[in-house]
Amino acid sequence: MRRLGWFVALLVLTTAAPVEAARIGEMADWNFGSQAARFFSLQDPSVRYALGGSMLLGLCCGLMGAFLVVRKLALMGDALSHAVLPGVALGFLWGMTKNPAAIFAGAVGAGLLGAVVVQWIRATTKHREDAALGFVLSSFFGVGIVLFTMIQNLPGGAKSGLDGFMFGQAAALGPEDVWLLAGVTVLALGAVGLFYKEYVLTSFDEGFARSLGWPVKLYHYSLMLLLAFAIVSALQAVGVVLVSAMLVIPAAAAFLLTDRMGAMLAWSAGFGMLAGAAGAFFSFTGRSLPTGPFMVLAAAALFVLALLFAPKHGMVGRLWRRRSRAARIRRENTLKAIYHVMEDGGFREEVVAVGNVAARRRETAVGARREVAELQRAGLATEEGGRVAFTPEGWQRACEIVRNHRLWELYLTNAAQLAPDHVHDDAEVIEHMLGDETVRRLERRLNYARRDPHGKLIPGLADLAAGAPPSERAAGFAEKGAA
Amino acid sequence: MMKDFSTTAPPLEVHDLTVAYDRRPVLYGIDLTVPAGSLTGIIGPNGAGKSTLLKAVLGLLPLSAGWVKIFGGPLAQNARRTGYVPQRESVDWDFPVNVMDVVLMGRYGHLPPGRRPGRADREIARACLDQVQMLPLARRQIGNLSGGQRQRVFLARALAQESDLYFMDEPFAGVDAATEAAIVDLLREMKARGKTVVVVHHDLSTARDYFDRLVLLNVRLVAAGPTAEVFTPELLQKTYGGRLTILSDVVQSLGEEP
Repeated sequence: MRRLGWFVALLVLTTAAPVEAARIGEMADWNFGSQAARFFSLQDPSVRYALGGSMLLGLCCGLMGAFLVVRKLALMGDALSHAVLPGVALGFLWGMTKNPAAIFAGAVGAGLLGAVVVQWIRATTKHREDAALGFVLSSFFGVGIVLFTMIQNLPGGAKSGLDGFMFGQAAALGPEDVWLLAGVTVLALGAVGLFYKEYVLTSFDEGFARSLGWPVKLYHYSLMLLLAFAIVSALQAVGVVLVSAMLVIPAAAAFLLTDRMGAMLAWSAGFGMLAGAAGAFFSFTGRSLPTGPFMVLAAAALFVLALLFAPKHGMVGRLWRRRSRAARIRRENTLKAIYHVMEDGGFREEVVAVGNVAARRRETAVGARREVAELQRAGLATEEGGRVAFTPEGWQRACEIVRNHRLWELYLTNAAQLAPDHVHDDAEVIEHMLGDETVRRLERRLNYARRDPHGKLIPGLADLAAGAPPSERAAGFAEKGAA
Repeated sequence: MMKDFSTTAPPLEVHDLTVAYDRRPVLYGIDLTVPAGSLTGIIGPNGAGKSTLLKAVLGLLPLSAGWVKIFGGPLAQNARRTGYVPQRESVDWDFPVNVMDVVLMGRYGHLPPGRRPGRADREIARACLDQVQMLPLARRQIGNLSGGQRQRVFLARALAQESDLYFMDEPFAGVDAATEAAIVDLLREMKARGKTVVVVHHDLSTARDYFDRLVLLNVRLVAAGPTAEVFTPELLQKTYGGRLTILSDVVQSLGEEP
């Protein structure tokens, strides 16, 4: 449905008369460097209006969008922004001029009507919100397109400049538009600042808010009214089709970055301003480029960055943590293999041939050398001339991992009644996960047993601390046992 | 501190309460009085309207008929004296708030619009978190909690409301054994401090141990009164009908025990 709407919009644009509104990019000889210089000097008043207006709308939309995203109402922004279109057309028809006040009033009226229709469909039919939003979005947009086409065909209508409302023309922002944006932004900041706790609680837990006796509906509709204000005041700069992106994308990026609502509002507003500024810049330095798509692309780029690099939820961080876990498990398995080779030799030697480690790990000599080199980098072992020895820390870690493995095997055979030949694979995984606390509980549960189900010695705390091979303790234990 | 309720109105009084969805009644003609300082369990089969009764009493659902009095007046007048623990599934746990934020929401009913919670509110919230053994988790995002921990957060929020009458919707649903025991302790402590607590409960086998009064509900009110009087094979049979196999076991065990 939406795609169809865009297609119609494009059709209207291509058949309409060429845009008459002054585009700053066309005034001077086009040159990226000089245009950029003009932009950053802020000498040109239209640059100041375009930049200021775009940043204000980014701030305002980011603020409102954060509430939409946490309320899972992202599509509401989309529906409202399309629903305002007939109101824009009617506002223009009021005096056949682009009178900001008339257009603002018409658009807010149409947007609120759209919101009411959504509520009404939900309340009186068995449809859920998505169908209601889809209906309002496309039908209101359709009416808007029909009215726009009529205006284009009226005498003087072709010069209306209304097509800027479709994809946005920050360069066409005048002082009135910027003042309007500033007013709406102050209103939104004031309302959210003053009633922060009310808006957060009614968004998070409506039932609880109502049990406090709060007028929950009032807060909901005041938020929708602010949302309509934000959308309508942003239309001129970013356009009907893409304003919802400025509501959703900065907020969605902010949601990835933080776990707190206050921080999310700040990030979202900041991203919105950044995207607005970028949109204004590219629209100004490019040749006759609409603003809306560039703002949205800038916002989308910020979203992708957040998706990749967010500290907790970002994909890069997650991949890094997974890789480092995999590397730790690999190191621990190598340590264990060295321990096993030493154990096979009765702990008579403190040095082990890398070739034996490779055989134990069922690996190529090259692979084993690489793993031993990794241990060396981690300070767990040293290698010289194809022979490897533990550092004290390496010895301790090797004992820990072997102990974890054997304790777990013993636990499974004793407590879970599994046969000794069924427990190895499970222990292979668990040995890397057991925390100190669990190990201590296992030891208590197993009465500080010395031997695993296969008859092998379980390294004890004394071995870990002293760096002594378990054979000595075993001898002492055997003597005590005999005594 | 025990309060003397003998001269005041009962915490909850419900008269001829009827709630209907699409004209189909889900609660019909309920008359109920909950005395002060009692620990009341609402039990009944699925679809009996247990949660609906709670929501209707709290004004979250429109009444088709009847009235509700909280401490002898309308809820709006006594909202501050009323605490609420909604079902866990009723909120989005990915919402960007941490445990402390949620518990502070319990203070919101005491604050006028536009006023943020202050240091005193934070102290109360910390004490309530400590009471449910969740203080070390205060800064965690709420999605990062187990089912039992989430329930404790909601309980701490209710405690922070410092109300006299509490409504809890299925607080024992899907929590671990340790949390269940902790909640039972908490309920008894609240009762000892003179609070009145009304709990929607789904587990018939524990209902007799946990509550000193029971409300047996199945669209209509089957019985309400002290547990010893209403937890009888006849009344349970009347509440659950032949629908529940657990029932026969429980009824049997009732007969066996002295």
